[in-house]
Amino acid sequence: MKIVVLVKQVPDTETKIRLKGDATGIETGDVKWIISPYDEFAVEEGLKTRDAAPGSTVTVLSVGPDRCVEALRTAVAMGADHAVHVKGDTELDTYQTSKAIAEAVKKVGADLVLAGKQALDDDQAAVFGYTAEFLGMPSTSVVVKIDWSADKQSLRAHREIEGGAKEILEMPTPCLLAVNKGINTPRYASLPGIMKAKKKEIQTLTLADLGLGSEGPRVQLTEFQMPPERQAGKKLAGDASAQVTELVRLLRDEAKVL
Amino acid sequence: MGDVYIVADHNQSDIKRVTLEILGEVLKQGASAHVIVVGAKDMGPLADQLGKKGAQKVVALQGEGLDAYTSEGYANALHSYLSSKQPKAVVTGATAQGKDFLPRLAAKFSAGLATDCVSLDVSGDKVSARRPVYAGKTSQKVTFLQGPAFLSIRPNVLPAPADKGGSAQVETISANLGAVKAKLVEVQAGASKKIDLSEADIIISGGRSLKSAENFKVIFDCAEAIGAAAGASRAAVDAGYAPHSMQVGQTGRTVSPKLYIACGISGAIQHLAGMRTSKIIVAINKDPEAPIFSKADYGIVGDLFEVVPLLTEAFKKLR
Repeated sequence: MKIVVLVKQVPDTETKIRLKGDATGIETGDVKWIISPYDEFAVEEGLKTRDAAPGSTVTVLSVGPDRCVEALRTAVAMGADHAVHVKGDTELDTYQTSKAIAEAVKKVGADLVLAGKQALDDDQAAVFGYTAEFLGMPSTSVVVKIDWSADKQSLRAHREIEGGAKEILEMPTPCLLAVNKGINTPRYASLPGIMKAKKKEIQTLTLADLGLGSEGPRVQLTEFQMPPERQAGKKLAGDASAQVTELVRLLRDEAKVL
Repeated sequence: MGDVYIVADHNQSDIKRVTLEILGEVLKQGASAHVIVVGAKDMGPLADQLGKKGAQKVVALQGEGLDAYTSEGYANALHSYLSSKQPKAVVTGATAQGKDFLPRLAAKFSAGLATDCVSLDVSGDKVSARRPVYAGKTSQKVTFLQGPAFLSIRPNVLPAPADKGGSAQVETISANLGAVKAKLVEVQAGASKKIDLSEADIIISGGRSLKSAENFKVIFDCAEAIGAAAGASRAAVDAGYAPHSMQVGQTGRTVSPKLYIACGISGAIQHLAGMRTSKIIVAINKDPEAPIFSKADYGIVGDLFEVVPLLTEAFKKLR
């Protein structure tokens, strides 16, 4: 089975966000970059699936600027077999990014495409759906469990919906699944894995290689705004009982939320 | 310019509140709005609920197998109906369903999309929207350079419209479902009829200080007493005290209830990002230096195991 895992590099979740002067994005000068956490679950699921199906391979794929190679090396250190970097500048929108991914996946070939349910920078949660449609694959998102058929030609994906409920979808391969936290526990890169990843040759593709690059974006992103800072309010006085009585009074009469 | 098409979220008996919130906003901006209800078994009550909130044009999109949601089925059916309409915008709720089918539908139109928007502007030539990014640490304005614009809207942010007492004109369209490869084989209900985090007016969350899954009962009891949803911090989820579906924050859910009560949660940057747009925040924590107090409107320094049960009793008296 050929497994392709989509990986995006994003700022560490600890990052304190600062905006660029023209408010068209965030300052990235001192940002520490990581694999988007949901994509780590996708990498792990790819490795697990490969190990249960002899002869399978995992290719990790990332679209973005040159720094993305580091995210790919991290995934190789975890155990991925191949890595493909599609050079694209950071200004590609969701539509353009998905087009590039779909064309690259066609080039590599895939029976299963895995991704995180959303990237932890733009939180768009949309590349998986565009890409599946461009590839003509069935898909689903927020997947927390995958049950494979014995012949590995089809699977059942358990997906979380509202209120703790789950939908179970059955689909043939090739297909695309966007996974959620909870599906597995990502492994750490081993020391030999890290050594191997340093030397690993990363295949580089340009948009032109994929027959793309002439189409413009569908959206423009401007006027980034920081949310208003919340001010610390009042700490209530007295013993626990008095504090609770006062809290309920304030919530009802002052804040009017009860 | 074309009209605005709202794809309804419904559970066969009720239209979800987020759909009505979108409808109210689109009508307020003076746009010509159509509401599409996909796969309804009985349009009567659904059309009534929409009509009451001011919808005049309602489309019942029907087709074999459309009563069970699948992203391919919805996208194919909606594409076959909408492709001749030249919509200005296609809008739906940023729900499990909306976030699943909308990217696929947008791809069919080779169009752009903005997920989980907290405001939208469909009044002018160009559609635009504002949406939080980096889990709400900042937000961006998305302007669509060409149509149609695809938008999903975060529940609980736009005001619910008042009853207008109107009635909707329902047009029934039979849709072409095309090839659907992924089939829904089972729906497993949640453990109980709990209120979902994204739609809750009140959320009561517990952190690592709960110390065990059993102890989360104090959170559940308090939530039940006031009709709230129960949430959890990442630390509590990672420790196995609560399922990931309850996690609020950057690798969980982003919420904006009227009232958020954080119990035994210190207030890591990732957690604050996920709940900072709550109208009122209450913090209950033993540590007076916990960062959560700097964001809270009201703070109680104390042991949650003492304070929360007292709060539960006080809530019970209110009801």
